[in-house]
Amino acid sequence: MATIKVEIVSAEENIWSGRGTMVFAPGIMGELGIAPRHTPLITQLKPGDVRVQTEDGNEEFFFISGGILEIQPDIVTVLSDTAIRAKDLDEAKAIEAQKRAEDAMKDQGSEMDYARAKAELIQIAAQLRSIEKIKELRRR
Amino acid sequence: MAGAKEIRTQIKSIQNTRKITKAMEMVAASKMRRAKERMEFARPYAEKIKSVATHMAQAHSEYKHPYLIDRDIKRVGYIVVSSDRGLCGGLNINVFRRALKDMSEWNDKGVGVDVAIIGSKGLAFFKRFNANIISEATHLGDAPQLEEIVGAIKVMMNRYMDGNIDRLFVSSNEFINTMTQSPQSVQLIPAENIADEERQHHWDYIYEPDAKQVVDETMNRYIESLVYKAVAENSACEQSARMVAMKAATDNAGDLIGDLELIYNKARQTAITQELSEIVAGAAAV
Repeated sequence: MATIKVEIVSAEENIWSGRGTMVFAPGIMGELGIAPRHTPLITQLKPGDVRVQTEDGNEEFFFISGGILEIQPDIVTVLSDTAIRAKDLDEAKAIEAQKRAEDAMKDQGSEMDYARAKAELIQIAAQLRSIEKIKELRRR
Repeated sequence: MAGAKEIRTQIKSIQNTRKITKAMEMVAASKMRRAKERMEFARPYAEKIKSVATHMAQAHSEYKHPYLIDRDIKRVGYIVVSSDRGLCGGLNINVFRRALKDMSEWNDKGVGVDVAIIGSKGLAFFKRFNANIISEATHLGDAPQLEEIVGAIKVMMNRYMDGNIDRLFVSSNEFINTMTQSPQSVQLIPAENIADEERQHHWDYIYEPDAKQVVDETMNRYIESLVYKAVAENSACEQSARMVAMKAATDNAGDLIGDLELIYNKARQTAITQELSEIVAGAAAV
């Protein structure tokens, strides 16, 4: 029986890879059933189950919280998200990250002080160098 | 016997310090193994999404994603990745120096710089120099999660889409091996590396629901995965740098103890000799 290579990955880990005779995935426009030699297709995924029918007739289930599905005739790739990623949820997180930065930057001037930053870095580098020197001297 | 007691207390205290640094070294060594694993785990996704993004960039002609367009540079963005905790040698300082060098070059050209910070050390550093920090993500712990950094990245991507910045870089440590980490700055947007690759195939995908939405999402995920990869890599660097630093500290403590013991023994011997000669002199006088 014809099989297709299946890879399910997320940004943080490799979830599953192997071969299957049929793959089912929750596409954003509706459930997709993918058989070997499917035409190239790419779609967003909804949160839901990805099912893979393996060669030995078993079925593997994976819950995914959305992502992207890429189909080529001989390979199906599920690029799974690690968490539910709604657009407004992302936006909320962005606003939060921005707010935290603003809080941290309160009552500070607006111009970046390159000269001072460089001076301090040079000082630290000099300190490190002198520590190295002391170490060398001790070794003798 | 002057100082003998003080020297002993000092030896004791250094011995305690050595115990702590030794423990930290071992903790860092075991954390490093896991951090390296996480770095490896991030690779398949990064490679996959890169190949998809590359293919899209080449295949689709009627919709060109803004991340692939090179614009005139008026302002740039930097995402600086650092650690949350110290005691890891020059790891953070090296990245800051690298980033600062790049930033001051832009500054000399009259290009403004916006900064997004990942990690508390970076926040503390850039805050002191009044950098224009527009977003931050700190306290990620030993297992950084993509979810925690998307906010900070999203702010930068939004700024690019709104035309506030025209280029985006990420500065972080590159993990070469356990002993070596090197600071690097990588350009994220425009994504030159995927736009320039040779076109290999002539077919195109069917896009669901439509090309723009899928391409947008893929490009965003691609950039996120690059930043996540940098964060995971930096975390592996942090642990290995800490391991090396703590090993050096343990060795140094051992050296110090050796020297002090020598001084202590000399002081002890001098004291005994002196006491003996006093007794002998006393006996002779009687």
